[in-house]
Amino acid sequence: MNPEPNLVDAVIDAVSAVFMVVGALMSLAAAIGLLRFPDLMSRMHAATKPQVLGLFLLLASVGLQLRTWWVWPVLLVAWIFQLLTVPVSAHMVGRAGYRTKHLHKELLSKDELEAVVQKAAKAARESEADDGGNRTA
Amino acid sequence: MSRRRVSLRQELPLLVWLVIVWGALWQDFSPGNLLFGALLAVAVARLFYLPPVELSGRFNVLRAVPFAVAFLGRVVAASCQVFYLAVAQGPKVTNAVVAVPLRSHSDLMVTATGHVISLIPGSLVVEVDRSTSTLYIHGLNVRNGEDVIKLRKEVRDTEAGLIRIMGTKEELSALNQEVGA
Repeated sequence: MNPEPNLVDAVIDAVSAVFMVVGALMSLAAAIGLLRFPDLMSRMHAATKPQVLGLFLLLASVGLQLRTWWVWPVLLVAWIFQLLTVPVSAHMVGRAGYRTKHLHKELLSKDELEAVVQKAAKAARESEADDGGNRTA
Repeated sequence: MSRRRVSLRQELPLLVWLVIVWGALWQDFSPGNLLFGALLAVAVARLFYLPPVELSGRFNVLRAVPFAVAFLGRVVAASCQVFYLAVAQGPKVTNAVVAVPLRSHSDLMVTATGHVISLIPGSLVVEVDRSTSTLYIHGLNVRNGEDVIKLRKEVRDTEAGLIRIMGTKEELSALNQEVGA
């Protein structure tokens, strides 16, 4: 297929080695972030984000090493599902975390959501009072 | 069924995606396998009916490729930044929750913008106000007003890029007027 298959092999091996090491470093970044960041929200950044790149690099090196193009669609689908699900889970945890006060307000330089949430909570309390407390929502 | 029927054209992207997933999982893209996958896709789409995604009907590939490359570049840069912050700042990091009003009011565009922003490390969608299409974004290492403005601009730029790829004609012309002004 190529005049110098050994050279091509060496290059592919080198690239996938670099991808694997950097991908593993990204997982290390997530672990360090989980340990060092102060509150739930900033930990969410570390827990979800470096994986997007880390998984991409690891899947790419798997694809390079297996040398069959049949495996690429599976890897791509795996990565796309990761891309689709990571923000949703991060959003759900972040949303719940914000409302259950699992964050350090003193570490926020600006918070434009607090007033909105309080207004919504007040409106919910008032409508509950109007219903005579019948509603459990 | 009393529900509004979706046209085949609206459903086609979903069906094509399902067939691709089917082929990828079997690692077999032979015509027979794809045909069976297509039959299954139609059956699944009929049985497990979802509200149709309202596509705008245009998709600009020439804009999408640079956007994807720029997205990957930003993911790489921001991953390194989060790594650095975790090691260097750790418990002392300062964050902010920033409200960003978006231009578009379509669900698809708000979702896509939120997804792209969430995937780039350092920003996370905490809350979505659908009625005003405002995203509330938690930003890592946002220390002062300047950083807030930068974060807001980044989100709005992301949305502008997505509108150029797959926004409706009205959104695109509004964006072009805004840029021209």
